[in-house]
Amino acid sequence: MTAKLSTNEKVDSSKAAQPAEQTKPRNGSDILIQALHDQGVDTIFGYPGGAVLNVYDALYKNPIRHILTRHEQGAIHAAEGYARVLNKPGVVLVTSGPGATNLVTGITDAMIDSIPLVVLTGQVATNVIGSDAFQEADVIGITTPITKHNYQVQNVNDIPRIVKEAFHIANSGRKGPVLIDFPKNISGAVFDESFAQNANEEIYLPGYQPNTKPNYLQIQKAMNEISNAKKPLILAGAGVLFAEAQEELTEFVEKFNIPVINTLLGLGSIHGDHQLNYGMAGMHGAAVANDAIQKADLLINIGARFDDRLTGDTKAFAPNATVVHIDIDPAEIGKNIPTDIPIVADAKEALKAMLKKDIQAPDTAAWVDFLNQKRDEFPYWYVEDENAILPQQVIEKVHTITNGDAIVSTDVGQHQMWAAQYYRHNHSHQWITSGGLGTMGFGFPAAIGAQFAKPDKKVVSIVGDAGFQMTLQEIGLLKEFNLPVKVVIVNNGALGMVRQWQELFYDQRYSQSLMPVQPDFVKLAEAYGIKGVRITKAEELDTVFADAINSDEPVIIDAQVKQLENVYPMVPAGKSLDAIVGVKKP
Amino acid sequence: MKRVINVTVINQSGVLNRVTGLLMKRQFNIESITVGHTEQPNISKMTFVVNIEDETKLEQLVKQLSKQIDVIKVNDITDNAIVLRELALVKVVSPANLRLEMNAIVEPFRPQVIDTSKNVVTYQVVGNPEKIDAFIELIRPYGIKELTRTGVTASVRESQKIDTPQLSIL
Repeated sequence: MTAKLSTNEKVDSSKAAQPAEQTKPRNGSDILIQALHDQGVDTIFGYPGGAVLNVYDALYKNPIRHILTRHEQGAIHAAEGYARVLNKPGVVLVTSGPGATNLVTGITDAMIDSIPLVVLTGQVATNVIGSDAFQEADVIGITTPITKHNYQVQNVNDIPRIVKEAFHIANSGRKGPVLIDFPKNISGAVFDESFAQNANEEIYLPGYQPNTKPNYLQIQKAMNEISNAKKPLILAGAGVLFAEAQEELTEFVEKFNIPVINTLLGLGSIHGDHQLNYGMAGMHGAAVANDAIQKADLLINIGARFDDRLTGDTKAFAPNATVVHIDIDPAEIGKNIPTDIPIVADAKEALKAMLKKDIQAPDTAAWVDFLNQKRDEFPYWYVEDENAILPQQVIEKVHTITNGDAIVSTDVGQHQMWAAQYYRHNHSHQWITSGGLGTMGFGFPAAIGAQFAKPDKKVVSIVGDAGFQMTLQEIGLLKEFNLPVKVVIVNNGALGMVRQWQELFYDQRYSQSLMPVQPDFVKLAEAYGIKGVRITKAEELDTVFADAINSDEPVIIDAQVKQLENVYPMVPAGKSLDAIVGVKKP
Repeated sequence: MKRVINVTVINQSGVLNRVTGLLMKRQFNIESITVGHTEQPNISKMTFVVNIEDETKLEQLVKQLSKQIDVIKVNDITDNAIVLRELALVKVVSPANLRLEMNAIVEPFRPQVIDTSKNVVTYQVVGNPEKIDAFIELIRPYGIKELTRTGVTASVRESQKIDTPQLSIL
């Protein structure tokens, strides 16, 4: 693949360490950029403006690569995609006021999905803060509930310490977004070089000491339960991926022969085709996975937060199970589901400790047999239609063509659920989706961030026609950097999931969920100077579609699919997992 | 149930907003809140009185507060032996002919008269919230012109009652 990451070649660490020949004293912006460099940052997604002119000036001389998106929301979703793929903080830089407020959705998205981000916002000068100055917004006030932590720099000499702390907080414990607000006079103020060594000082945060090592006795208790269990089940969430505990999970699953299921965001934590992997659970999860939860006598949750889209009615969730919950965030334990054995720890540390214990392995043969039968009996299904492309076929095709090796990002809605169901997630950190917040417009810019993170990887962005229109201005980046992202628009001319709920629960009153007027996506691609193709018939999946996915250039694929297709199986909102419908082909 | 929570925080700008914002976001109902410096520089202590439905909610409150980077320690001290104090300033209509009677009636509460004018007297009363409630009820018939309460502050007593099970003498 020939991603033309033009500015990439400029990255040369030897040059960056030396802040150019010092003729004039360094200011806050120079220090900020140096501090980012010290943290290993080589890519920033951002958008300049008045309050950050100093910072952009410092950036101009520096080899750190800056990606100019077309909208701040594009920048932050790209940073999220970048962070998901590399499992390290994505960095965003924007101006004050509207620049900062345009990030709010992305910050909230990162917060709820625990994505590590360091967000840098400009701010008006300290002497006019609070005077409703031009492009002033109370960014600290606005973002306090949606960040893991935030800072407003009050003194230029604090910058090395604050940046270091920000990266530490963002990327440790339960990860999340940290915001630093930079008043313009601070970014231009002269730095007192005697504070430069602060960057080497150890971080001192008495109120932030995340616990990563599990309690020995709790591990012992959990292992006793496992030993005695007849129907144990592991629920693997995104915590496994953040902790890079994929290998330990697989080893654990195999050692004790315990079936495993995934949350939406946990997909990829164990190989999609692993014999003991029974797929995704939850509202649109596999029938076997949901049934396994309801029948298990021991549920071991590793790094998932019992979200309501997973549990359905919490009172009827896993009624027979003793619940073990391993989570790095103590506040998640017992929040939604009563927990019998809490283990506050990093997933990797906990799994390692559990693997060290020698216990009598449980006899799960009958349980595994039962689940295998269920899996064969109730696979995901759809009814082929010779006059239309089924959206599920599109996703299946993406899987076959890429051999399940691509990085896949999605937007939110029906196509997202089909992508979770029909693309088998065999690798970790290759599945980028907005889970908790359900942010439409997320998928396409996130794919761009992923492609910057992994220039040599095939990146496929599966989006709906409506969500794509929320952030499609970023097509400009595909052209500018010749990013070979493949955008697959699963185009049903509708807000599919809204329409599905209206069909099922509102007597087919399709209130504002059909979108009959769309741009010609092929011409749109061409207007940006990249390739666009359209498919309308199933047989084109093997020709036009396959060629497009296989190509080395950016392509936008308008896959026009059957409009009235629904996502099944489905647990109606707020109902017990037992109330699952549509498990079998009619 | 009413709980008294002590929160030790780093005294940074915005920390009060973080804590109260969190309580609002998670739908906790604050009855009173007091904040002030402690014996350590840069460390402040807040005392909340909150109304909480059940144990699970309480556990969430403590855990969510503890998660804040600027929060060092969270203690639910309700079940400890504690000293609870609140201060109230009560401005009451007090014509000269009633003043002696009023002073006599409130005497058991040991309030201080901190301001007087021709027809109005201001009492300062200190104690646990129930005592202050009782004082207010007592004085209300005379006509309260203005009432200001500080909210509760609390500290744990040095010697705690030790819970020992009653052992049978046999």
